[in-house]
Amino acid sequence: MAAVSMTVNGKAVTGDVEPRTLLVQFLRENLRLTGTHVGCDTSQCGACIVHIDGIAAKACTTLALQCEGAKITTIEGLAEPGGKLHPMQEAFREHHGLQCGYCTPGMIMSALDIVRRNGNNLDEHTIRDQLDGNICRCTGYHNIVKAIEAGAKAMAK
Amino acid sequence: MYNFTFHRPTTVRQAAGLLARNPDGKLLAGGHSLLPVMKQRLAQPSALVDLSLVEGMTGVELKGRSVVIGAMTRHADVANSQVLKDVMPGLAAVPGSIGDPQVRNRGTIGGSIANNDPNADYPAACLGLGATIITNKRRIAADDFFTGMFSTALEEGEIIVKVSFPVAKKAAYEKFKHPASGFALVGVFVSKRGPDIRVAVTGAGSNGVFRVKSFEEALKKRFSPKSIEGMSIPATGMNADIHASPEYRAHLVAVLARRALAKAND
Repeated sequence: MAAVSMTVNGKAVTGDVEPRTLLVQFLRENLRLTGTHVGCDTSQCGACIVHIDGIAAKACTTLALQCEGAKITTIEGLAEPGGKLHPMQEAFREHHGLQCGYCTPGMIMSALDIVRRNGNNLDEHTIRDQLDGNICRCTGYHNIVKAIEAGAKAMAK
Repeated sequence: MYNFTFHRPTTVRQAAGLLARNPDGKLLAGGHSLLPVMKQRLAQPSALVDLSLVEGMTGVELKGRSVVIGAMTRHADVANSQVLKDVMPGLAAVPGSIGDPQVRNRGTIGGSIANNDPNADYPAACLGLGATIITNKRRIAADDFFTGMFSTALEEGEIIVKVSFPVAKKAAYEKFKHPASGFALVGVFVSKRGPDIRVAVTGAGSNGVFRVKSFEEALKKRFSPKSIEGMSIPATGMNADIHASPEYRAHLVAVLARRALAKAND
Protein backbone atom coordinates (compact mmCIF):
# COMPACT_ATOMS: atom_id res chain seq x y z
CA MET A 1 0.00 0.00 0.00
CA ALA A 2 1.09 3.55 -0.64
CA ALA A 3 -0.07 6.84 0.78
CA VAL A 4 -1.54 9.34 -1.64
CA SER A 5 -2.73 12.88 -1.13
CA MET A 6 -4.37 15.28 -3.52
CA THR A 7 -6.92 18.06 -3.61
CA VAL A 8 -10.32 16.97 -4.89
CA ASN A 9 -12.94 19.64 -5.57
CA GLY A 10 -11.06 22.03 -3.32
CA LYS A 11 -10.72 19.64 -0.37
CA ALA A 12 -7.46 18.03 0.69
CA VAL A 13 -7.85 14.25 0.71
CA THR A 14 -5.54 11.40 1.55
CA GLY A 15 -5.74 7.67 1.11
CA ASP A 16 -3.84 4.46 1.43
CA VAL A 17 -4.00 2.63 -1.89
CA GLU A 18 -2.43 -0.20 -3.84
CA PRO A 19 -0.19 1.27 -6.55
CA ARG A 20 -2.43 -0.27 -9.21
CA THR A 21 -5.44 1.77 -8.01
CA LEU A 22 -6.79 3.87 -10.85
CA LEU A 23 -7.76 7.47 -10.22
CA VAL A 24 -11.38 6.62 -11.06
CA GLN A 25 -11.37 3.83 -8.47
CA PHE A 26 -9.88 6.13 -5.86
CA LEU A 27 -12.55 8.75 -6.54
CA ARG A 28 -15.45 6.31 -6.58
CA GLU A 29 -14.47 3.73 -4.01
CA ASN A 30 -12.31 5.61 -1.52
CA LEU A 31 -13.92 9.03 -1.71
CA ARG A 32 -17.40 7.82 -2.69
CA LEU A 33 -17.56 10.42 -5.47
CA THR A 34 -19.59 8.25 -7.81
CA GLY A 35 -20.43 10.96 -10.32
CA THR A 36 -17.33 10.00 -12.32
CA HIS A 37 -18.34 6.88 -14.21
CA VAL A 38 -16.59 3.87 -15.68
CA GLY A 39 -17.98 3.07 -19.10
CA CYS A 40 -15.58 1.21 -21.36
CA ASP A 41 -12.58 1.08 -19.02
CA THR A 42 -10.38 1.31 -22.15
CA SER A 43 -9.94 5.12 -22.45
CA GLN A 44 -12.39 5.42 -25.34
CA CYS A 45 -15.83 6.40 -24.00
CA GLY A 46 -14.99 9.40 -21.81
CA ALA A 47 -17.48 8.64 -18.99
CA CYS A 48 -14.55 8.89 -16.53
CA ILE A 49 -13.26 12.31 -17.57
CA VAL A 50 -12.09 14.57 -14.74
CA HIS A 51 -9.77 17.56 -14.66
CA ILE A 52 -6.23 17.02 -13.42
CA ASP A 53 -4.66 20.40 -12.63
CA GLY A 54 -7.31 22.01 -14.83
CA ILE A 55 -6.84 19.73 -17.85
CA ALA A 56 -9.29 17.01 -18.91
CA ALA A 57 -8.06 13.44 -18.63
CA LYS A 58 -9.48 9.95 -18.54
CA ALA A 59 -9.45 8.77 -14.93
CA CYS A 60 -9.64 5.11 -16.02
CA THR A 61 -6.22 5.43 -17.62
CA THR A 62 -4.51 7.32 -14.82
CA LEU A 63 -3.16 5.87 -11.60
CA ALA A 64 -4.17 7.55 -8.35
CA LEU A 65 -0.46 7.73 -7.47
CA GLN A 66 0.25 9.73 -10.64
CA CYS A 67 -1.99 12.42 -9.14
CA GLU A 68 -0.03 12.84 -5.91
CA GLY A 69 -0.18 16.55 -5.10
CA ALA A 70 -2.52 17.32 -8.02
CA LYS A 71 -5.73 19.32 -8.00
CA ILE A 72 -8.61 17.18 -9.26
CA THR A 73 -12.04 18.48 -10.26
CA THR A 74 -14.91 16.05 -10.74
CA ILE A 75 -18.52 16.62 -11.75
CA GLU A 76 -19.37 16.99 -8.04
CA GLY A 77 -17.11 20.03 -7.87
CA LEU A 78 -18.96 22.15 -10.42
CA ALA A 79 -22.21 23.28 -8.78
CA GLU A 80 -22.17 26.04 -6.19
CA PRO A 81 -22.39 24.95 -2.55
CA GLY A 82 -26.06 25.96 -2.39
CA GLY A 83 -26.83 23.60 -5.28
CA LYS A 84 -27.00 26.17 -8.08
CA LEU A 85 -25.84 24.37 -11.21
CA HIS A 86 -22.75 25.38 -13.17
CA PRO A 87 -23.77 27.13 -16.43
CA MET A 88 -22.66 24.07 -18.44
CA GLN A 89 -24.73 21.74 -16.26
CA GLU A 90 -27.67 24.12 -16.55
CA ALA A 91 -27.31 24.14 -20.34
CA PHE A 92 -27.41 20.32 -20.45
CA ARG A 93 -30.61 20.46 -18.37
CA GLU A 94 -32.15 23.21 -20.45
CA HIS A 95 -31.33 21.60 -23.82
CA HIS A 96 -32.00 18.07 -22.65
CA GLY A 97 -28.45 17.03 -23.50
CA LEU A 98 -28.92 13.56 -22.04
CA GLN A 99 -31.17 10.57 -21.94
CA CYS A 100 -29.89 7.86 -19.63
CA GLY A 101 -27.30 10.22 -18.16
CA TYR A 102 -24.45 7.74 -17.93
CA CYS A 103 -22.11 9.70 -20.20
CA THR A 104 -23.21 13.11 -18.92
CA PRO A 105 -20.58 13.79 -16.23
CA GLY A 106 -17.83 13.00 -18.73
CA MET A 107 -19.55 15.05 -21.42
CA ILE A 108 -19.73 18.07 -19.13
CA MET A 109 -16.12 17.77 -17.94
CA SER A 110 -15.07 17.40 -21.58
CA ALA A 111 -17.24 20.38 -22.58
CA LEU A 112 -15.47 22.59 -20.04
CA ASP A 113 -12.13 21.54 -21.51
CA ILE A 114 -13.40 22.41 -25.00
CA VAL A 115 -14.18 25.90 -23.67
CA ARG A 116 -10.73 26.10 -22.07
CA ARG A 117 -9.09 25.23 -25.38
CA ASN A 118 -11.35 27.07 -27.82
CA GLY A 119 -13.08 29.90 -25.95
CA ASN A 120 -16.76 30.66 -25.42
CA ASN A 121 -17.90 31.05 -29.01
CA LEU A 122 -18.04 27.52 -30.33
CA ASP A 123 -19.46 26.36 -33.63
CA GLU A 124 -21.09 23.01 -34.17
CA HIS A 125 -18.19 21.61 -36.18
CA THR A 126 -15.65 22.41 -33.45
CA ILE A 127 -17.84 20.87 -30.76
CA ARG A 128 -18.46 17.66 -32.71
CA ASP A 129 -14.80 17.36 -33.62
CA GLN A 130 -13.62 17.98 -30.06
CA LEU A 131 -16.11 15.49 -28.58
CA ASP A 132 -14.06 12.76 -30.25
CA GLY A 133 -13.21 11.24 -26.87
CA ASN A 134 -16.76 10.97 -25.51
CA ILE A 135 -19.32 8.37 -26.51
CA CYS A 136 -23.07 8.67 -25.94
CA ARG A 137 -25.25 5.72 -26.94
CA CYS A 138 -28.64 7.44 -26.45
CA THR A 139 -28.92 10.94 -27.75
CA GLY A 140 -27.29 10.93 -31.15
CA TYR A 141 -25.28 13.87 -29.74
CA HIS A 142 -27.57 16.51 -31.21
CA ASN A 143 -28.76 18.03 -27.95
CA ILE A 144 -25.35 17.58 -26.36
CA VAL A 145 -23.84 19.77 -29.08
CA LYS A 146 -26.56 22.39 -28.58
CA ALA A 147 -26.06 22.29 -24.82
CA ILE A 148 -22.31 22.80 -25.09
CA GLU A 149 -22.71 25.72 -27.48
CA ALA A 150 -25.19 27.38 -25.11
CA GLY A 151 -23.25 26.47 -21.97
CA ALA A 152 -20.05 27.94 -23.37
CA LYS A 153 -21.81 31.22 -24.11
CA ALA A 154 -23.44 31.28 -20.66
CA MET A 155 -20.04 30.82 -19.01
CA ALA A 156 -18.84 34.08 -20.55
CA LYS A 157 -21.56 36.08 -18.78
CA MET B 1 -3.92 -5.17 -13.47
CA TYR B 2 -1.22 -7.05 -11.55
CA ASN B 3 0.32 -5.11 -8.74
CA PHE B 4 3.67 -3.33 -8.87
CA THR B 5 5.76 -0.90 -6.89
CA PHE B 6 5.57 2.77 -7.88
CA HIS B 7 8.44 5.23 -8.00
CA ARG B 8 8.67 8.93 -8.79
CA PRO B 9 12.27 9.99 -9.40
CA THR B 10 13.12 13.64 -10.00
CA THR B 11 16.24 13.17 -12.14
CA VAL B 12 17.10 10.99 -15.13
CA ARG B 13 19.96 9.49 -13.13
CA GLN B 14 17.58 8.43 -10.35
CA ALA B 15 15.21 6.97 -12.91
CA ALA B 16 18.03 4.96 -14.49
CA GLY B 17 19.08 3.74 -11.02
CA LEU B 18 15.53 2.60 -10.27
CA LEU B 19 15.38 0.71 -13.57
CA ALA B 20 18.70 -0.97 -12.79
CA ARG B 21 17.40 -2.08 -9.38
CA ASN B 22 14.10 -3.30 -10.89
CA PRO B 23 15.01 -5.38 -13.94
CA ASP B 24 11.35 -6.16 -14.62
CA GLY B 25 10.35 -2.54 -14.16
CA LYS B 26 9.07 -0.20 -16.80
CA LEU B 27 9.13 3.54 -17.34
CA LEU B 28 5.77 5.31 -17.12
CA ALA B 29 5.31 8.43 -19.24
CA GLY B 30 1.72 9.44 -20.07
CA GLY B 31 0.55 5.90 -19.46
CA HIS B 32 -1.90 5.81 -22.35
CA SER B 33 -0.31 2.79 -24.01
CA LEU B 34 1.23 1.03 -21.01
CA LEU B 35 -1.68 1.21 -18.55
CA PRO B 36 -4.23 -0.25 -21.02
CA VAL B 37 -1.85 -3.12 -21.75
CA MET B 38 -1.36 -3.70 -18.03
CA LYS B 39 -5.12 -3.66 -17.47
CA GLN B 40 -5.43 -6.44 -20.02
CA ARG B 41 -2.69 -8.28 -18.11
CA LEU B 42 -0.57 -8.41 -21.25
CA ALA B 43 2.23 -6.68 -19.38
CA GLN B 44 3.27 -7.35 -15.82
CA PRO B 45 6.04 -4.95 -14.78
CA SER B 46 7.24 -5.41 -11.21
CA ALA B 47 7.79 -1.68 -10.86
CA LEU B 48 6.69 1.52 -12.58
CA VAL B 49 9.11 4.42 -12.70
CA ASP B 50 6.99 7.51 -13.32
CA LEU B 51 8.95 10.16 -15.23
CA SER B 52 6.48 13.00 -14.72
CA LEU B 53 8.49 14.72 -11.98
CA VAL B 54 11.85 14.43 -13.74
CA GLU B 55 13.13 17.91 -14.47
CA GLY B 56 14.11 19.14 -17.90
CA MET B 57 12.12 16.59 -19.88
CA THR B 58 9.37 18.82 -21.24
CA GLY B 59 9.15 21.64 -23.75
CA VAL B 60 9.55 22.46 -27.41
CA GLU B 61 12.60 24.53 -28.37
CA LEU B 62 14.11 25.78 -31.58
CA LYS B 63 17.86 25.09 -31.41
CA GLY B 64 19.69 26.23 -34.51
CA ARG B 65 18.09 24.40 -37.40
CA SER B 66 16.41 21.78 -35.25
CA VAL B 67 13.31 21.55 -33.11
CA VAL B 68 14.10 19.76 -29.86
CA ILE B 69 11.19 18.25 -27.96
CA GLY B 70 11.47 16.90 -24.40
CA ALA B 71 10.44 13.26 -24.14
CA MET B 72 7.74 13.96 -21.55
CA THR B 73 6.08 16.71 -23.60
CA ARG B 74 2.39 15.92 -23.98
CA HIS B 75 0.85 15.59 -27.44
CA ALA B 76 -1.39 18.62 -26.85
CA ASP B 77 1.60 20.79 -25.92
CA VAL B 78 3.54 19.81 -29.05
CA ALA B 79 0.48 20.28 -31.27
CA ASN B 80 -0.13 23.76 -29.79
CA SER B 81 3.51 24.88 -29.69
CA GLN B 82 3.75 28.23 -31.45
CA VAL B 83 7.48 27.72 -32.00
CA LEU B 84 6.78 24.50 -33.86
CA LYS B 85 3.76 25.78 -35.77
CA ASP B 86 5.89 28.68 -37.03
CA VAL B 87 8.80 26.63 -38.34
CA MET B 88 7.24 23.25 -39.22
CA PRO B 89 3.44 23.01 -39.03
CA GLY B 90 3.65 19.60 -40.73
CA LEU B 91 5.22 18.15 -37.59
CA ALA B 92 2.79 19.90 -35.23
CA ALA B 93 -0.05 18.20 -37.11
CA VAL B 94 1.22 14.76 -36.11
CA PRO B 95 0.49 14.89 -32.35
CA GLY B 96 -2.64 16.91 -33.21
CA SER B 97 -4.00 13.82 -34.95
CA ILE B 98 -3.37 11.32 -32.15
CA GLY B 99 -6.31 9.73 -30.31
CA ASP B 100 -8.75 12.22 -28.82
CA PRO B 101 -8.30 15.46 -26.82
CA GLN B 102 -8.01 13.71 -23.44
CA VAL B 103 -5.46 11.23 -24.78
CA ARG B 104 -3.47 14.16 -26.22
CA ASN B 105 -3.59 15.81 -22.80
CA ARG B 106 -1.74 12.86 -21.25
CA GLY B 107 0.22 10.98 -23.93
CA THR B 108 3.86 11.93 -24.56
CA ILE B 109 6.25 11.86 -27.51
CA GLY B 110 8.83 9.78 -25.64
CA GLY B 111 6.26 7.19 -24.66
CA SER B 112 4.95 6.90 -28.19
CA ILE B 113 8.41 6.47 -29.69
CA ALA B 114 9.63 4.00 -27.06
CA ASN B 115 6.51 1.89 -27.51
CA ASN B 116 6.82 1.91 -31.32
CA ASP B 117 3.28 0.71 -31.91
CA PRO B 118 3.07 -0.26 -35.59
CA ASN B 119 0.08 2.08 -35.99
CA ALA B 120 1.46 5.03 -33.99
CA ASP B 121 1.94 8.42 -35.64
CA TYR B 122 5.18 9.75 -34.13
CA PRO B 123 7.42 6.98 -35.53
CA ALA B 124 6.44 8.10 -39.05
CA ALA B 125 7.38 11.70 -38.20
CA CYS B 126 10.73 10.64 -36.72
CA LEU B 127 11.65 8.47 -39.68
CA GLY B 128 10.10 10.89 -42.16
CA LEU B 129 12.26 13.76 -40.90
CA GLY B 130 15.42 11.85 -39.99
CA ALA B 131 15.07 12.76 -36.32
CA THR B 132 17.66 11.98 -33.67
CA ILE B 133 16.50 10.23 -30.51
CA ILE B 134 18.57 11.44 -27.58
CA THR B 135 18.80 9.10 -24.60
CA ASN B 136 20.61 9.24 -21.28
CA LYS B 137 23.41 7.27 -22.99
CA ARG B 138 23.68 8.28 -26.65
CA ARG B 139 22.13 9.77 -29.78
CA ILE B 140 20.33 7.36 -32.10
CA ALA B 141 19.31 8.18 -35.68
CA ALA B 142 15.67 7.38 -36.40
CA ASP B 143 16.84 5.13 -39.26
CA ASP B 144 18.52 2.90 -36.65
CA PHE B 145 15.99 3.34 -33.85
CA PHE B 146 12.82 1.61 -35.04
CA THR B 147 13.76 -2.05 -35.35
CA GLY B 148 10.35 -3.70 -35.80
CA MET B 149 6.88 -3.95 -34.37
CA PHE B 150 6.95 -2.72 -30.72
CA SER B 151 10.73 -2.94 -30.81
CA THR B 152 13.44 -0.29 -30.78
CA ALA B 153 17.19 0.05 -30.45
CA LEU B 154 16.78 1.09 -26.79
CA GLU B 155 18.87 -1.01 -24.44
CA GLU B 156 18.04 -2.07 -20.89
CA GLY B 157 17.99 0.96 -18.64
CA GLU B 158 18.12 3.42 -21.51
CA ILE B 159 15.79 6.42 -21.23
CA ILE B 160 14.69 8.73 -24.05
CA VAL B 161 15.32 12.29 -22.87
CA LYS B 162 14.66 14.35 -26.01
CA VAL B 163 13.96 14.05 -29.68
CA SER B 164 15.61 16.42 -32.15
CA PHE B 165 13.92 17.06 -35.50
CA PRO B 166 15.79 18.88 -38.27
CA VAL B 167 13.62 21.67 -39.65
CA ALA B 168 12.55 20.69 -43.16
CA LYS B 169 11.37 23.34 -45.57
CA LYS B 170 8.62 21.04 -46.76
CA ALA B 171 6.98 18.52 -44.45
CA ALA B 172 3.50 17.08 -44.11
CA TYR B 173 1.61 14.15 -42.64
CA GLU B 174 -1.47 12.48 -44.03
CA LYS B 175 -3.29 9.86 -42.08
CA PHE B 176 -6.20 7.53 -42.67
CA LYS B 177 -7.49 7.57 -39.13
CA HIS B 178 -9.18 4.51 -37.73
CA PRO B 179 -12.51 5.96 -36.58
CA ALA B 180 -12.68 3.99 -33.32
CA SER B 181 -9.09 3.86 -32.09
CA GLY B 182 -7.76 7.08 -33.60
CA PHE B 183 -4.65 5.18 -34.67
CA ALA B 184 -3.37 5.37 -38.23
CA LEU B 185 -4.76 2.63 -40.43
CA VAL B 186 -2.04 4.06 -42.65
CA GLY B 187 -0.10 7.29 -42.15
CA VAL B 188 2.50 8.83 -44.46
CA PHE B 189 4.99 11.53 -43.53
CA VAL B 190 6.90 13.25 -46.33
CA SER B 191 9.68 15.81 -46.11
CA LYS B 192 12.23 17.64 -48.19
CA ARG B 193 15.29 19.21 -46.65
CA GLY B 194 17.75 20.21 -49.33
CA PRO B 195 18.58 17.00 -51.23
CA ASP B 196 17.27 14.80 -48.40
CA ILE B 197 13.85 13.47 -49.36
CA ARG B 198 11.95 11.12 -47.10
CA VAL B 199 8.69 9.19 -47.31
CA ALA B 200 7.89 7.26 -44.12
CA VAL B 201 4.90 5.02 -43.58
CA THR B 202 3.22 3.88 -40.38
CA GLY B 203 0.25 1.56 -39.87
CA ALA B 204 0.86 -0.43 -43.03
CA GLY B 205 4.00 -2.51 -42.60
CA SER B 206 3.90 -5.76 -40.66
CA ASN B 207 7.34 -4.87 -39.35
CA GLY B 208 6.43 -1.35 -38.19
CA VAL B 209 7.36 2.00 -39.69
CA PHE B 210 9.34 2.00 -42.97
CA ARG B 211 10.59 4.27 -45.77
CA VAL B 212 9.45 3.99 -49.37
CA LYS B 213 12.72 4.26 -51.28
CA SER B 214 11.09 3.96 -54.71
CA PHE B 215 8.95 7.04 -54.00
CA GLU B 216 11.91 8.93 -52.54
CA GLU B 217 13.94 8.20 -55.65
CA ALA B 218 11.15 9.35 -57.96
CA LEU B 219 10.71 12.55 -55.94
CA LYS B 220 14.35 13.59 -56.41
CA LYS B 221 13.52 15.10 -59.76
CA ARG B 222 10.57 17.04 -58.48
CA PHE B 223 8.99 16.99 -55.01
CA SER B 224 5.42 16.78 -56.25
CA PRO B 225 2.50 14.33 -56.25
CA LYS B 226 2.91 14.13 -60.05
CA SER B 227 6.33 12.49 -59.67
CA ILE B 228 4.76 9.39 -58.08
CA GLU B 229 1.57 9.40 -60.13
CA GLY B 230 0.68 5.83 -61.05
CA MET B 231 3.34 4.34 -58.76
CA SER B 232 2.42 1.76 -56.15
CA ILE B 233 4.09 -0.44 -53.59
CA PRO B 234 3.69 -4.22 -53.36
CA ALA B 235 1.23 -5.67 -50.86
CA THR B 236 3.79 -8.15 -49.56
CA GLY B 237 4.86 -7.24 -46.05
CA MET B 238 1.72 -5.17 -45.41
CA ASN B 239 -0.43 -5.78 -42.35
CA ALA B 240 -3.62 -7.79 -42.62
CA ASP B 241 -6.35 -7.57 -40.00
CA ILE B 242 -10.12 -7.13 -39.77
CA HIS B 243 -9.75 -3.44 -40.61
CA ALA B 244 -7.90 -3.68 -43.93
CA SER B 245 -6.25 -6.13 -46.30
CA PRO B 246 -2.59 -5.86 -47.33
CA GLU B 247 -3.69 -4.73 -50.83
CA TYR B 248 -5.85 -1.95 -49.40
CA ARG B 249 -3.07 -0.76 -47.12
CA ALA B 250 -0.59 -0.75 -50.02
CA HIS B 251 -3.07 1.28 -52.05
CA LEU B 252 -3.53 3.76 -49.19
CA VAL B 253 0.24 4.28 -48.94
CA ALA B 254 0.35 5.68 -52.48
CA VAL B 255 -2.82 7.73 -52.09
CA LEU B 256 -1.75 9.26 -48.78
CA ALA B 257 1.78 9.90 -50.05
CA ARG B 258 0.37 11.95 -52.92
CA ARG B 259 -1.93 13.85 -50.55
CA ALA B 260 0.93 14.52 -48.15
CA LEU B 261 3.09 15.81 -51.00
CA ALA B 262 0.32 18.15 -52.10
CA LYS B 263 -0.04 19.40 -48.53
CA ALA B 264 3.73 19.86 -48.13
CA ASN B 265 3.80 22.01 -51.27
CA ASP B 266 0.86 24.12 -50.17
